[in-house]
Amino acid sequence: MTDVFQLQYALDTFYFLMCGALVMWMAAGFAMLEAGLVRSKNTTEILTKNIALYAVACTMYMICGYGIMYGGGSFDYFLSGITGDGATGVEEPATYAPSADFYFQVVFVATAMSIVSGSVAERMKLWAFLAFAVVMTGFIYPMEGSWTWGGASVFGMYTLGDLGFSDFAGSGIVHMAGASAALAGVLLLGARKGKYGPNGQVNAIPGANLPMATLGTFILWLGWFGFNGGSVLATASVESANAVAVVFMNTNAAAAGGLIGALLLARLLFGKADLTMALNGALAGLVAITAEPSTPTALQATLFGAAGGVLVVFSILALDKLKLDDPVGAISVHGVVGLLGLMLVPVTNDASSFSGQLIGAATIFVWVFGVSAIVWGILKATMGIRVSEEEEFSGVDIAECGMEAYPEFVSSRG
Amino acid sequence: MKLVTAIVKPFKLDEVREALGDLGVAGVTVTEVKGFGRQKGHTELYRGAEYVVDFLPKVKLEIALADEMVESAVEAITKAAQTGKIGDGKIFITTLEEVIRIRTGETGVEAV
Repeated sequence: MTDVFQLQYALDTFYFLMCGALVMWMAAGFAMLEAGLVRSKNTTEILTKNIALYAVACTMYMICGYGIMYGGGSFDYFLSGITGDGATGVEEPATYAPSADFYFQVVFVATAMSIVSGSVAERMKLWAFLAFAVVMTGFIYPMEGSWTWGGASVFGMYTLGDLGFSDFAGSGIVHMAGASAALAGVLLLGARKGKYGPNGQVNAIPGANLPMATLGTFILWLGWFGFNGGSVLATASVESANAVAVVFMNTNAAAAGGLIGALLLARLLFGKADLTMALNGALAGLVAITAEPSTPTALQATLFGAAGGVLVVFSILALDKLKLDDPVGAISVHGVVGLLGLMLVPVTNDASSFSGQLIGAATIFVWVFGVSAIVWGILKATMGIRVSEEEEFSGVDIAECGMEAYPEFVSSRG
Repeated sequence: MKLVTAIVKPFKLDEVREALGDLGVAGVTVTEVKGFGRQKGHTELYRGAEYVVDFLPKVKLEIALADEMVESAVEAITKAAQTGKIGDGKIFITTLEEVIRIRTGETGVEAV
């Protein structure tokens, strides 16, 4: 093993791990964004959900998720053999440690699950949500992941890679998958009380803390450099270093385009600069570029992001018309724009095809939505997924966690 | 003794505080309150949905005063808090039966 290779191995592994750490930080972004967009009486519970789902995702992916997704049929549970050497110890030599790959993959699972928590916020039972998280991160996501990044065939019927399906960092595999599970949950859960009036009017339920929502969006924007940048999988060669730089540039450009698109559209539609729409727009831009950040030009990336930012505003309004209550707009940001991201890939990447992207998107959606609906349905029939009307009124913080986020008039007497 | 309760626009609080200080008023209790009067509410916008804010924020001052101070205090508050536009607020005057200073147990005008 040459010294140069040793250096490449060390650098790629280090880069992979640091990108994984950035993606891990996205969990904080989701937590802040969601805590900012719910009412203050539901703050403690949404924070509990966010940090607990992260732990559940890491544990379930360790137990069986990674084995299902990348085991190639022979399931190595509990990550057996993962501490080996990536250069010599695996079938396909890599320039990074196998356990770095696990670490990078596991934080993506948590991202997919984070998307669900915002959509079902303010009315879902904590433990029903965490029970769903176990199935989602241990089985539903790893299965569709095995058909896409894992390269396995879909129940022996067809192989997405052969059909020209390409999803660089997961517009479909991570984001649309999370949104599909969220949509199934929202359909079975129903809207928050008071969100929709009897005559079809949509009532506003303003978020409690917009500084927190904005901070969350900035954190997600930062974390996304790890999400997309790390998906190059290497940085220690001229070729991969160039690719990483392009991915960083395009990821940033798309977020900027998305924010501008959503902000201008909101101003045109409502007459005011709606901050929450602008935040959703930045995230939509990021989701739109995630499927292919390495081949567009910076201008194309900005325009793709702007398309996502415009689409997300219309999507949020349309979902409200359909009485699908999504407090943070996650289904629109990650689902609708995730699909857009997949369909934009063939515009700049000749290795993919529109038909392949469509079949891939349909496969992911049908699988995740279908199985999620079954799991949510079972949970609804057994433990129940929605808190009582009274608990919803007084806030799930007290009902589920027994504590307020901002306690007042606290006495120290026992 | 009288209890003067004044509801004023929040941005006028500092001027009212100064005017009362100049008069030598010994203490004021301030509370942030919400309510409606002739000004009624206004509409705000969130994610494309308009909503009505029925109650507007105001500041409530409560001042315990000796009888001879009341007239000048009311004049000072009125002068400081007036903008001439709707929503300037109101002053209520009620009779105060007793005042007690907790630290010393003094009562009546001594305690104001």
